[in-house]
Amino acid sequence: MTVYLSLSGVLFLIGLHGFFTARSLLRRLLALNVLTTAVFLLFVVLARLAEPLDPVPHAIVLTGIVVTVSTTAVALALVVRIAGRVRDEDDDAAAGPRGDAG
Amino acid sequence: MIPETTGPVVLFSLPLAAAIVVFIRPRWSVPVTLGSGGILLATALWVVVAVLRQGPWRQDIGGWTAPLGIGWTVDGLSAALLLLNASVGLAGAVFHAARPAARTPVRDPRFFWPLWLFLWGGLNALFLAADLFNIYVALEFVSIASVGLIGLAGGSAQAAAWRYLLATLLGSTIYLLGVALLYGRYAALDVALLAESVEPELVTVVAAALMTLGLLLKAAVFPLHFWLPAAHGRAPPAVSAVLSAVVIAAAYYLLVRLWFGPFAPLLGPGVATLLGLLGAAAVLWGGLQALLQRHLKMLIAYSTVSQLGYGLLVFPLAAAGAVQLAWTGAVMLVVAHGLAKAALFLAAGAIVLRHGIGRLEALGGDQQGAVVAWVAFAIASASLVGLPPTGGFVGKWWLAQAALATGGYFWLAVLMLGTAFTAGYLWRALQAAMRPGWETEGGFQALSPALGLSALGLALGSAALGLAAPIAARLLDAGSGVVG
Repeated sequence: MTVYLSLSGVLFLIGLHGFFTARSLLRRLLALNVLTTAVFLLFVVLARLAEPLDPVPHAIVLTGIVVTVSTTAVALALVVRIAGRVRDEDDDAAAGPRGDAG
Repeated sequence: MIPETTGPVVLFSLPLAAAIVVFIRPRWSVPVTLGSGGILLATALWVVVAVLRQGPWRQDIGGWTAPLGIGWTVDGLSAALLLLNASVGLAGAVFHAARPAARTPVRDPRFFWPLWLFLWGGLNALFLAADLFNIYVALEFVSIASVGLIGLAGGSAQAAAWRYLLATLLGSTIYLLGVALLYGRYAALDVALLAESVEPELVTVVAAALMTLGLLLKAAVFPLHFWLPAAHGRAPPAVSAVLSAVVIAAAYYLLVRLWFGPFAPLLGPGVATLLGLLGAAAVLWGGLQALLQRHLKMLIAYSTVSQLGYGLLVFPLAAAGAVQLAWTGAVMLVVAHGLAKAALFLAAGAIVLRHGIGRLEALGGDQQGAVVAWVAFAIASASLVGLPPTGGFVGKWWLAQAALATGGYFWLAVLMLGTAFTAGYLWRALQAAMRPGWETEGGFQALSPALGLSALGLALGSAALGLAAPIAARLLDAGSGVVG
């Protein structure tokens, strides 16, 4: 169990490091997901440690996964929008100043 | 006679059901939202009256009790915030419905109303939730809806929405880690159960620190406020109003809930002073930044950072002994701030629409069509500064009395200095209205009077809160967890 417990700690640190150092939007989102996974792992370890086995943390993790899927979907939708806007501006810049063609 | 337990059920399910309806039938958006908003406001009032009459209660959904079931608690604090949410929700909906749609393009306008109602329902769920994990789910609910609403403004608001999303998700994750530690130690999630069993020891302290950090990030407390001004300043006006008034207050509500509930044994002078110093720094830094802003909405957004700092002064004052006074004063101040701040954002929205520009120096000249909005702005400013007899005055008065009673002259000085800043930046905004100005291109644009009136309603509510101070004090005393 200590292995899983320390794995959860390591994952949390990796996620935190990634969150604060990553430049790309997608990488930061992934780092956040790693962070959340570390917390879920901690919940599962807690369930295993309890005598008798405790079902509540499992219910929590299942709900938590649903929540994370939703937040990730929203974040991805936002990334797509932002990326699309940046690309539009790049295209505009590549096309040169407006009015030149005419 | 309908039992009062129906109230929370309506408050939780009606906005969500309405959200689904307006998502499927965008044409019905405005009547459905305003209709259910009216019912929600009436229900929130009814819940407040019920708490005043018979004290707080707890209800278990479907008869399933803790730990497996989901429980709701309704007490004075949650009832006050439910009423604040309903007032701001309805006024914001009126504003958004009445705005000239052609001149304030919103990306994907059909998503506004479902998101608005989802946010409303999520906040109600948050104020009702009785256990730490449901609070987490409600927090995420609120985050998703808020991010969507900010992003609807398009353009640079999307970058602001992204930063807000990252900050708020990080906050929830850190909060959840604290919940996991608490659950591992005490095998309980229910706030009331935890309050009975928590002992001051290492695991609890770490959990408390993590959960507090997460919530401070969500409440945009200095120095974790970096995401707030852009997100609140660039969102559509109605969205700024609900974010600054209620969403920020929700994170503050949880801080108060936790520190005067389960974590009360940990609230020593050291922790309390640290939280108080963060609050004091927020009051001064936010006030200073607001003074330096050149854009009306950004000025109001920075003011939120400043005003929420007052709320944190409750911790040192309560730790010094004046629990009841400090507690009632701080919550009163946060609720009065909510109403006044929402009024300011809605009024600013109407004023910016009238002038076609939001820079302070361009707001002078002919005010025809924006008079009601400026009146609302002035009344809300009076409440924010704390002129009697407004709600802001009563809250500050109680906090000041708590500071005097405990000899906390430093906190009293913060209170005074913050008030001077508030008066300064709000006067700058009001002064802008009186200056002679140039006519903008296109001249005067006719606006629906509902824009100004929605702001005026909230501003008057904030002022009337001061007249209703005895009732408010009785409400907040009702089962606040600190009644002794």
